[in-house]
Amino acid sequence: STLWFVAGEGARAVPLAGHVGFDSMPDQLVNKSVNHGFCFNILCVGETGLGKSTLMDTLFNTKFEGEPTQHNQPGVTLKSNTYELQESNVRLKLTVVNTVGFGDQINKEDSYKSIVEFIDAQFEAYLQEELKIKRTLHSYHDTRIHACLYFIAPTGHSLKSLDLVTMKKLDSKVNIIPIVAKSDAISKSELAKFKIKITSELVSNGVQIYQFPTDDESVAEINSTMNSHLPFAVVGSTEEVKIGNKMVKARQYPWGTVQVENENHCDFVKLREMLIRVNMEDLREQTHTRHYELYRRCKLEEMGFKDTDPDSKPFSLQETYEAKRNEFMGELQKKEEEMRQMFVQRVKEKEAELKEAEKELHEKFDRLKKLHQDEKKKVEDKRKSLDDELNMFKQKKTAAELLQNQAQQAGGSTTLKRDKERKK
Amino acid sequence: TATVGGPYGEKASGPGVDFSYVGIDAILEQMRRKAMKQGFELNIMVVGQSGLGKSTLMNTLFKSKVSRKSVQATAQEKIPKTIEIKSISHDIEEKGVRMKLTVIDTPGFGDQINNENCWRPIMKFINDQYEAYLQEEININRKKRIPDSRVHCCIYFIPPTGHCLRPLDVEFMRRLSKVVNIVPVIAKADTLTLEERDFFKKKIREELRANGIDVYPQKEFDEDAEDRMINEKIREMIPFAVVGSDQEYQVNGRRLLGRKTKWGTIEVENIAHCEFAYLRDLLIRTHMQNIKDITSSIHYEMYRVRRLNENNTVVAHANGMPEHHLAAHEM
Repeated sequence: STLWFVAGEGARAVPLAGHVGFDSMPDQLVNKSVNHGFCFNILCVGETGLGKSTLMDTLFNTKFEGEPTQHNQPGVTLKSNTYELQESNVRLKLTVVNTVGFGDQINKEDSYKSIVEFIDAQFEAYLQEELKIKRTLHSYHDTRIHACLYFIAPTGHSLKSLDLVTMKKLDSKVNIIPIVAKSDAISKSELAKFKIKITSELVSNGVQIYQFPTDDESVAEINSTMNSHLPFAVVGSTEEVKIGNKMVKARQYPWGTVQVENENHCDFVKLREMLIRVNMEDLREQTHTRHYELYRRCKLEEMGFKDTDPDSKPFSLQETYEAKRNEFMGELQKKEEEMRQMFVQRVKEKEAELKEAEKELHEKFDRLKKLHQDEKKKVEDKRKSLDDELNMFKQKKTAAELLQNQAQQAGGSTTLKRDKERKK
Repeated sequence: TATVGGPYGEKASGPGVDFSYVGIDAILEQMRRKAMKQGFELNIMVVGQSGLGKSTLMNTLFKSKVSRKSVQATAQEKIPKTIEIKSISHDIEEKGVRMKLTVIDTPGFGDQINNENCWRPIMKFINDQYEAYLQEEININRKKRIPDSRVHCCIYFIPPTGHCLRPLDVEFMRRLSKVVNIVPVIAKADTLTLEERDFFKKKIREELRANGIDVYPQKEFDEDAEDRMINEKIREMIPFAVVGSDQEYQVNGRRLLGRKTKWGTIEVENIAHCEFAYLRDLLIRTHMQNIKDITSSIHYEMYRVRRLNENNTVVAHANGMPEHHLAAHEM
């Protein structure tokens, strides 16, 4: 028999008498991550024409290729592109997902659906990998969405109901960072009012947007300041304009130039700071420990798993998941088979009906034909008899005429005689 | 691929001039911050007969009283009748980096007359930690950070006979190298001369090779050419011949850790005297993260695959449930 002894959770703090060297651990961890590379996935949600692609280009200082999107989509589709970026020794696999056709439909009730489905599909893919028997999590290309930039149209009034509905559906699945797009369309004072309106609408509708974390003292201050500047009013541009003796990213108008990186002009710098330079890692962590866990929990519970049952052997999670999936596939196949059978049946019935109809038609045709023939015969007969009559009449006529002629010859005298008799 | 940097080349210094700098590399700092905040965990097991200086070596490695003996001072150290597994955790901190170090001692190993199957309880312990982690991992409601009690590294103490490995050594390492990272060391190496040491090491390496024993760093897990180069150098030096000490002596005007004898003072951290410094560097300063990674992405995954392929009903109770953790205290 073996005895175990564990000091328990409260491990005692022990002072070190010299330099051990494990202070290199953060460096070891970072080096490993550098060798591995990083993954970051951004989802841009917003109506067409709000400058989503331009903003991505501006944020990452590069021109991501892509044709401008069409406006004639029947629904909302999500288009995803992955790029390999490198800055000093950091390699980043950046995936940008765009909502194509969002807000273009007449009926927008289902617009949010394809977005939710997409986000869930990425969680599902990760879950499937995690549940595999032979899995390769450390080399898995993580496609889960780490940040959702929600582009609000710069109307200056309030959020559209589409925005509220969509954000409400997404807030438990992804980190939402709302931004006011093309904010150079709004004046400074209107913008302040707009931001307040948006924030209060989000709060009163219970929409949980991403809060920059304030638990780590080194970034608590900047993060909490930035939280109060949400939603960020951004302007994007990849064009450069000469201001003074520098080339800066800007949008040039006849009345002035909006400088993208000028904090007095817009919040672009704040967005870049928060999204990339300060909180990228936190966004990834929240996605994994909060949103993904929630999805996983719901999905597993939906499939009927419980934690507390001691007999639910560990592996039943894996096996039952497989079994349920097979069951589902089986059901699907069964349904498909049923539908096929039904279809075949219907076709047969229809065929029979058509045959029946054809038969009837043939019969009718035959009947009519016979009728016609009968009629024809009758008419023929009649004609014949008419002809006969005619002939007979002709004969009679001829005979009568002949007689008459003869009678006339002999009877001219007769007529005279008669007339003489009358005269007497 | 696109290289971020714009037409103006590399990142320029100073605020307001960073038009070509995106800031992606700031993620390194973010990761570092997060790691510092969360702290690290390390679980080391020491295996070897009594009297080989295991406790002292642990104390020397971590410059602190982390060994079981230091924590549980007993009047006389009895050799237990069976192998016991004793695990003690400590919170240590250095330059803002916090670490939860757990030292797992195995008193009684190799001390019996009949040492058959003495690896079993150790194997079971290691597998139990994998099991505990797995259980937590498959929970529906699981912790944000799963507590990691998996054995990251097992230091195996080889007695300094100078000849070759004993059957017990071969048997143990052969079995355990399949489930855990084994770092063999020649204990109390101050009883060997340099020539004897080199001969012994060569012999050991041959025997390890002949028996197909893969000790850390395992050849098959080298990630790339650079890794392989570094690890080959280490593989040519193992097993490290170590000497441990928690006593300081004055040597040439400096206070150094050492062992004082009539014929001289052995300086523990002097690589001319023994290879303790190499062991410390490997375990702590350069390969600690790698040791943990191999444990989690290879040894643990292999355990998991085995478990998932087994028939559920057979193993439901065989390997214990989490309740085990707070078992009997030793008095």
